[in-house]
Amino acid sequence: MAGVKFEQAMARLEAIVGELEKGDLPLDESLRIFEEGIRLSKNCLRILEDAERKVEVLVQEQNGKKRIHAFTQADEMEEKSPSEEQSEE
Amino acid sequence: MTGPGSDLVKTTLPRQIFTVTQLTAFIRTALETDFADVWIEGEISNLRAPGSGHVYFSLKDKASQIRAVLFRSAAIRLLFGLREGMHIVARGRLTVYEPRGEYQIVLETMEPKGVGALQVAFEQLKGRLAKEGLFDSAKKRSLPLFPKSVGIVTSLSGAAIRDMLSVLHRRWPLLHVVIAPVPVQGEGAGHQIAAGVQCLNEDGRVDVIIVGRGGGSQEDLWSFNEEVVVRAVAESRIPVVSAVGHEIDVTLTDFAADVRAPTPSAAAEIVVPVLSETVARLRSLTMRAAQIVSRHCRSEQRRLEASRLKLRHVRFRLQLEAQRADEVVARLTDGLSSSLLAHKRSLDRINGTLIEHSPLDKINRGLVVIPLLVERLHHQIRAVTSHRRHQVQSAIAQLHNLSPLSVLGRGYAIVTIGAGTVVKKIGDISSGDEVRTRIVDGQFDCLVRRVVPDGSV
Repeated sequence: MAGVKFEQAMARLEAIVGELEKGDLPLDESLRIFEEGIRLSKNCLRILEDAERKVEVLVQEQNGKKRIHAFTQADEMEEKSPSEEQSEE
Repeated sequence: MTGPGSDLVKTTLPRQIFTVTQLTAFIRTALETDFADVWIEGEISNLRAPGSGHVYFSLKDKASQIRAVLFRSAAIRLLFGLREGMHIVARGRLTVYEPRGEYQIVLETMEPKGVGALQVAFEQLKGRLAKEGLFDSAKKRSLPLFPKSVGIVTSLSGAAIRDMLSVLHRRWPLLHVVIAPVPVQGEGAGHQIAAGVQCLNEDGRVDVIIVGRGGGSQEDLWSFNEEVVVRAVAESRIPVVSAVGHEIDVTLTDFAADVRAPTPSAAAEIVVPVLSETVARLRSLTMRAAQIVSRHCRSEQRRLEASRLKLRHVRFRLQLEAQRADEVVARLTDGLSSSLLAHKRSLDRINGTLIEHSPLDKINRGLVVIPLLVERLHHQIRAVTSHRRHQVQSAIAQLHNLSPLSVLGRGYAIVTIGAGTVVKKIGDISSGDEVRTRIVDGQFDCLVRRVVPDGSV
């Protein structure tokens, strides 16, 4: 899951910055993890760029099959049953 | 009363005889007509729930009791469980159980006296599920920090879904949302909500699920207290955020969820971070890392430079020290020879003085001088001796001249009185004194007859 990858990358990036801030690493090691951090941050940005806004409606049919369709304003009307939601908000 | 009861009285007159069944039927009709809809309050006793699903018990108070039956259809609609001794308020109709000739009340609905039925049901189910461990805090999972995809189980109508979508997309514009549309109140809603949660779990694409609805009455929210919903939420493999009603509304789904959000909008805020903040954080992290590393590089460079400078300095100092050493050696040599020279000079001087004062010289000179001195000494002694002899001779002559005896030679005499005191003045004697007179070649004693001082004549 991209979400997990992103989360791990962010966590690793934070850890790298923390490690660098401690300042007790030899220079070559700092440079090595710095490069890793830059790579991670680029990956994170790419994950964000690649994300696509999408709202889907997942419907379980009577026969047990699932149906997915994009969410539209029409969905709101379609699903509304007269007895329901009268008192809601 | 105008029911069959009064008819019965009238019809006794012609001695009409009823069969048991007939009478029972009359009574039943009478009771069912007059007590078709009654409210009753009492305490449950003799509770029996056989396999048929019907529930039998007696309702009693201090003085009386009445048989009561709750048929299966009504029993399953009951939200709370019946207990022996429970005080209830119920609504039903009277009827007669003809095989035994017993009248009983058939209850349609009932609720606990004092508290609402829902409340009691809530507490009972809560207790039971808690005992099962469905609400254990150890079971709670933490939510993903950056969900790529969010599932929502709610109704497609109503404000809740619109609020959630709006908050979700405001915070994280590129979010993928999967909605499982369900009715959120009414008959069967619970099963559909549970199915929605399961459906999203089977679908497997979402990282977190929001289950909820907007505000409503306790009855409206009741579906979220249904066991089937609570179990589905507790069993969900994907972390669940509950968002039922408003802040003050608490449902069993809230207890089973991993996180309880006070409202649907709040749930949306909980599940996704703000994209712009995340990007800013990402940038700031990268920048900080770059700053630290470049600072590190600069400081290492400075250290290197400093080391090189130090090295150069050391070489320079080595040269300087060598030079100083040379100088010191030279000065030492110089100093040494000059001080040697000085010492030699003063030694020479002392030596000269020493030689100057050598007794040998004196001795040498003495050997020459002594005979001369001796000669001079002799000469002087001789001179002195002759001089002295001369002096002595003249002194003797003088002495000779000065001797009174020499004077006496010239006719003078010396007169002494007493033991030899020379009479020099006339006052020294008086008449009658005996005096001795010495002349040059002897002496004689005289008696003073008269004393005549000069001038007294």
